Amino acid sequence: MSNMMTSLYNIRILDELAEKRTVIHNIHPLMKVLTTCLYLIVIVSFNKYELSGLLPLVFYPIIVIALADLPLVPLLKRMLIVLPLIIGIGLFNPLFDRSPMVVLPWIQLSGGWISFLAILLKGVLTILAALVLIATTGMTRIAAVLGMLRVPRIFILQLLLTYRYISVLIEEVGRTVRAYALRSRREKGVSFSDWGSLTGHLLLRTMERAQRVYHSMCCRGFAGEYHAGNTSKIRIEDILYFTGWGLYFVLVRFFNIPTAIGSLITGVVK
Amino acid sequence: MHMADALISPVVGGAMWAVTAGVAAYSVKKVQNDLDEQKIPLMGVMGAFVFAAQMINFSIPATGSSGHLGGGLILAILLGPYAGFLTMASILTIQALFFADGGLLALGCNIFNLGFYSCFIAYPLIYKLIMRKGYSMGRIFTGAMLAAIIGLQLGAFSVVLETLFSGKTELPFSTFILLMQPIHLAIGVVEGLVTAAVIGFVWQARPEIIEKAALGEVLGRISIKKVLAGLAIVAMITGGIFSWFASANPDGLEWSMFNTSGKEELEAPGGIHQTLTAIQEKMAFLPDYSFKNQQETNTNAVETKGTWPAVDAGTSVSGLVGGVMTLMLAGMTGFCIYMIKRRHKISDV
Amino acid sequence: MSHHIIQVNNLKYSYPGGRQALNGVNFQILHGESVGIVGANGAGKSTLLMHLVGVLFPDEGEIAVGEVPVIKKTLPLIRQSVGMVFQDPDDQLFMTTVYDDVAFGPRNYKLPEEEVEKRVRSALETVGILHLMDRLSYKLSGGEKRAAAIATVLAMKPDILVMDEPSSSLDPKSRRRLISLLRCFTHTKIIASHDLDMVLELCERTIIIQDGKVIIDGPTGEILANEELMEKCGLEMPLCLQGCPVCGTKKAK
Repeated sequence: MSNMMTSLYNIRILDELAEKRTVIHNIHPLMKVLTTCLYLIVIVSFNKYELSGLLPLVFYPIIVIALADLPLVPLLKRMLIVLPLIIGIGLFNPLFDRSPMVVLPWIQLSGGWISFLAILLKGVLTILAALVLIATTGMTRIAAVLGMLRVPRIFILQLLLTYRYISVLIEEVGRTVRAYALRSRREKGVSFSDWGSLTGHLLLRTMERAQRVYHSMCCRGFAGEYHAGNTSKIRIEDILYFTGWGLYFVLVRFFNIPTAIGSLITGVVK
Repeated sequence: MHMADALISPVVGGAMWAVTAGVAAYSVKKVQNDLDEQKIPLMGVMGAFVFAAQMINFSIPATGSSGHLGGGLILAILLGPYAGFLTMASILTIQALFFADGGLLALGCNIFNLGFYSCFIAYPLIYKLIMRKGYSMGRIFTGAMLAAIIGLQLGAFSVVLETLFSGKTELPFSTFILLMQPIHLAIGVVEGLVTAAVIGFVWQARPEIIEKAALGEVLGRISIKKVLAGLAIVAMITGGIFSWFASANPDGLEWSMFNTSGKEELEAPGGIHQTLTAIQEKMAFLPDYSFKNQQETNTNAVETKGTWPAVDAGTSVSGLVGGVMTLMLAGMTGFCIYMIKRRHKISDV
Repeated sequence: MSHHIIQVNNLKYSYPGGRQALNGVNFQILHGESVGIVGANGAGKSTLLMHLVGVLFPDEGEIAVGEVPVIKKTLPLIRQSVGMVFQDPDDQLFMTTVYDDVAFGPRNYKLPEEEVEKRVRSALETVGILHLMDRLSYKLSGGEKRAAAIATVLAMKPDILVMDEPSSSLDPKSRRRLISLLRCFTHTKIIASHDLDMVLELCERTIIIQDGKVIIDGPTGEILANEELMEKCGLEMPLCLQGCPVCGTKKAK
């Protein structure tokens, strides 16, 4: 029950954020999608021990979040829910890889810990990148991008319908489960004997709804094809946004900037 | 389990995207040829239903714990494999976007792991086979149970493979397998039970829904499906082998080999193909596991002679100092933008 | 120009389960009329409406809109002239944003995008929710959803509006707004509803359906005030025609 409300809330808040009008929101969605893809590819292309090289990539989410006026709390909350899974797998690294890696005068970390920290950082950055994309773009414009990328219209329409009816069906399922909980004994969850009938009834109702949706589509001339509207034009600023970030990501990928800065500083100190 | 972006390499992610896009493109074609336009809203709304139904807690008798529905098999049974696969794909896409479940690069893996096996292996080769002699509660139970378990076992196995090929974790193959398969056996049993219960209920209430859904498939000749399933498996294995090669010896040759093979697999109509090639091209100039080459180009590094992983205090210290500096700088940049924006807002008022 | 716009002849329909939903329905509706279709639950109202827009086809009998018979072949034509507002706006608003929803119909008729936008704007303006144009459909309130659903139909520029329970699950204020909105439409209107007060306000003519048959067809004022008839059909007089619950005096309409 509570998880239904949370996910509904989660979708709602991201949708609301996507309605803002900031510099980032106004960037052409295609460019944002491409930037996100490139960013993700650059992140995961880093070797598992390359922790310091990854760090400059932190700039991207921070700058975009700040420019897009996104609140940190909901993004971080979402991250806290997803991260444990990644940590769960990553934690095996320190266990299995014990070769000493970083030797500082005062501390020695095994390679496993370094690669674990790298996985953790990658997890944080990739999760943020996806959330930032949807929070500044919204589902409608993502669908428009898919159209531009020539993804078949049928899939896009289907994706949009699923997205549209999630809130309707979560509410419906939520009502049913609540009504069930009120009449069942204190055990939590749906008891075994009712699995089929409860879910089955919901399923049948869903199929009836699909039928009604189909009828209402037909009444407005639907004949198996989906026609999306015109998409906005790509401006020079949009291309600059993409190429700017792109160049930065590539630079970060090929030059370990933190090590360079660090050696500069330690050199000066010496 | 959803694969996460943080745990995959670009090659594995890209290869699985390519395979998934290929299967999806084929499925779209099949659904389009179906000429049943009623199916499109049904797919959309059913996707939302599975999304919502995944949140129902099914309490498992005698254990005190509860399980959840995955939905891949139910979708395949009610919509057929092609529409079921596409519906699963859109559910996972929305989850990746809004819930950061899995991730965008790992989306190809996840759609494949959770959609392909249940729709194209477990459903036609197990469930349908058992239903061949007609429907009965017993057969529905056995079929759903076996199909769900096998589908999830295959999915879990491919999570293991994808993770290992990506080479981000140190988990040894055997440990990972021993971890994943039993967990997914349990998950599969719950999935099978829920699926059997729901399908059984619907079959008793409205038998025509279950039987009609399967009917359209029978006419589609099973041989084609087998060929398709075979092709996809081959594609997956070659994808896997190629990514293994690519991660083992990251020089240009294998990369170009991978690129061409990726193209061959993909006889998708127009758009997807181009996009994926574009993505592949991007990956190609960012080769994975090339740290050694990088050390050479990285002229700024302080006397790094040993190959990584090298125990070198100098690099480590400067890495640490530089890293802290970078993070501080990033934090300050964000803070500055916030402050500037806030001042603008105040002055606007 | 009082020509017959909708002609329904001996309409019979039974559902696949075997239940006879319509059992010989006959009526004609003239241009510009607004007609209330009233009946108890399961009387066949919704089934009848579904036939008017060609979602269901009769087992027997025929329907014609204008001069055009409602058959599979003429559906594109029929659906341009008959617009249907469904009972649950969530079924009608299936796209993500209000704009895309209203534009769905015109786009299906492959109108140029400028024309689509013009229609969307004018439809939204008519129902008074132009400011909600870019809003996500699921975030609208009940009244706004209903207005948006009507706009999706208006954007198709139909001559005839068919509505299934337009006032259901609306709060009193939204219901009042809907009634005044519908009153200013010049379309031919067919409204199926349990909200008899609304029927009394909006429709000069009422058809009562029971067990798939037309029981009576005539002026709304007379029919709805006929207590005996209403009782027989499983209905009740509109509240505003009933006696005052406090003092028992009848209100004059």
